[in-house]
Amino acid sequence: MPDSQDLAAVWLTLKLAATVTVLLLLLGTPLAWWLAHTRSRLRSVVSALVSMPLVLPPTVLGFYLLLVMGPNGVVGQATQALGLGLLPFTFPGLVVASTFYSLPFVVQPIQNAIEAIGPRPLEVAATLRSRPLDTFWSVVVPLARPGFLTAAVLGFAHTVGEFGVVLMIGGNIPGQTRVVSVQIFDRVEALEYSQAHWLAGGMVVFAFVVLFLLYALNPDSRRRPA
Amino acid sequence: MNAATTLALRVQHAYAGFSLDVDLALPGYGVSVLFGHSGSGKTTLLRCVAGLERAGRARITLNGDCWQDEAGHFTPTWQRAIGYVFQEASLFPHLDVRRNLAFGMKRAGGVVNDDDIRAMADRFGIGSLLGRMPDRLSGGERQRVAIARALLTRPRLLLMDEPLSALDSARKQEILPYLERLHDELEIPMLYVTHQIEEAARLADHLVLMAGGRVMAAGALTDTLARLDLPLARDQEASVVIAAHVLDHDSAWHLTRLGFAGGELQVSQRSLAAGTPVRVRILARDVSVATTPDHASSIQNRFPCTVTGIAPADDPAQCLVGLEAGGVALISRVTHRSAAQLGLAPGLAVWAQVKAVALLE
Repeated sequence: MPDSQDLAAVWLTLKLAATVTVLLLLLGTPLAWWLAHTRSRLRSVVSALVSMPLVLPPTVLGFYLLLVMGPNGVVGQATQALGLGLLPFTFPGLVVASTFYSLPFVVQPIQNAIEAIGPRPLEVAATLRSRPLDTFWSVVVPLARPGFLTAAVLGFAHTVGEFGVVLMIGGNIPGQTRVVSVQIFDRVEALEYSQAHWLAGGMVVFAFVVLFLLYALNPDSRRRPA
Repeated sequence: MNAATTLALRVQHAYAGFSLDVDLALPGYGVSVLFGHSGSGKTTLLRCVAGLERAGRARITLNGDCWQDEAGHFTPTWQRAIGYVFQEASLFPHLDVRRNLAFGMKRAGGVVNDDDIRAMADRFGIGSLLGRMPDRLSGGERQRVAIARALLTRPRLLLMDEPLSALDSARKQEILPYLERLHDELEIPMLYVTHQIEEAARLADHLVLMAGGRVMAAGALTDTLARLDLPLARDQEASVVIAAHVLDHDSAWHLTRLGFAGGELQVSQRSLAAGTPVRVRILARDVSVATTPDHASSIQNRFPCTVTGIAPADDPAQCLVGLEAGGVALISRVTHRSAAQLGLAPGLAVWAQVKAVALLE
């Protein structure tokens, strides 16, 4: 049976994934909007940067985030100057790192959905006296709903499943940074296979249920790729 | 409705290897049709008026309200009191018909008035469709919803971008009567883009002929269609439109008699009350010219005219003869040979014989 340490890891993981998902939707939506509409030459640069976590080993990303957020890094000095202390090996540090790491999984579905809407509904709304922000909420969000749903699910699930970045930036502090994937690693190292099974098996079920719901509840995904 | 009100457009706009350069003052009432082939810039001009396209240099005013000027002032689309009907149905797919209709009304007026929605829906024959989703409507129904939705914002200018072009001809015939009614009832100016002369003939009061991003001619429909110096007159379907009214009916022969400034015309009987104003369209190829009143002809529609000019047609065998009857201009297409044999020349008094008359409304 899972003990309190395991449950703490589960709770921490859910807290981390939920926080990161909310942050990603808030940051990823304007970014996706910009990528879908801009004609700037920076578009390809930004697209490439957003997609880097798809290619880079998590350890590379974690390593540089560690340096940047560390006592001698730009961000580290800024957070210290603001009286926030240092981010590495804290829960907020984990949130920042995970946000970078899962960014492409959120930006791309939203960007695709916004591009699929095209300019016409936005023009129609404008001719019907809808101000841009109103159009966003009353036309873009409902029409891009499958894309937002996909983005939220993938962002959440991907954060739950990360390991390398967490280890690099968060370490292994119970209740602070010890998430399920790290806890499983600990259990296996300690040869506590049955404990590891509870968590690992749970992750397998979780992954299947999430992906199943994504495909089953998203009726538009059959007609139109999100 | 005030004759002094105008829509003034001075637009210079360069895009993708094409430039638009127009300077137009259109009447602030009635239907102005922007007519031209694709690539003539008519849709771009309409989009500039709507603010959907930001012209590089422009001054756009409606009745003194300035929407864009050379100094950099630009009113965004959503702040312009326009109604815009797009080429293809542009209903919001996630809203039913009622909520599509309410969308602009709510934003323009701040309130949704269900009685107004119902009245407008009934006016466009969509009253029974209010609960339907757009994907359950026919193309013609969708376009009628789009027009009703635009009008419910109480615009001060209605813009239509080829609203019939995405429809098959049966659907077009379904919508045209609504547009004609709109033409009669609308108290605001309408700017209507089309490349179909048929639509222009039926709807326009004012015709703007565009080509290559420039205005070739602009004026009253009746005058512009009759100008021999424009390519319109050389078209196979060249025609004039004449304002007439119903005189009476000859039930024995199933005919309706129409009167116009230059004489009378007979058409197949229609159930229209005497005095009803109508529009008739007469194709240049259906008008022949005689120097004597040929009572022995099967053609009954004939009236005296004066020749106003002669111009070459595209076919080297043919020419276009400008005619005038009681101030009304017509065009006749005849062969050069007949023109020479009859000795047609400006000022000559002749008889026009009209083989076919199309009653437009």
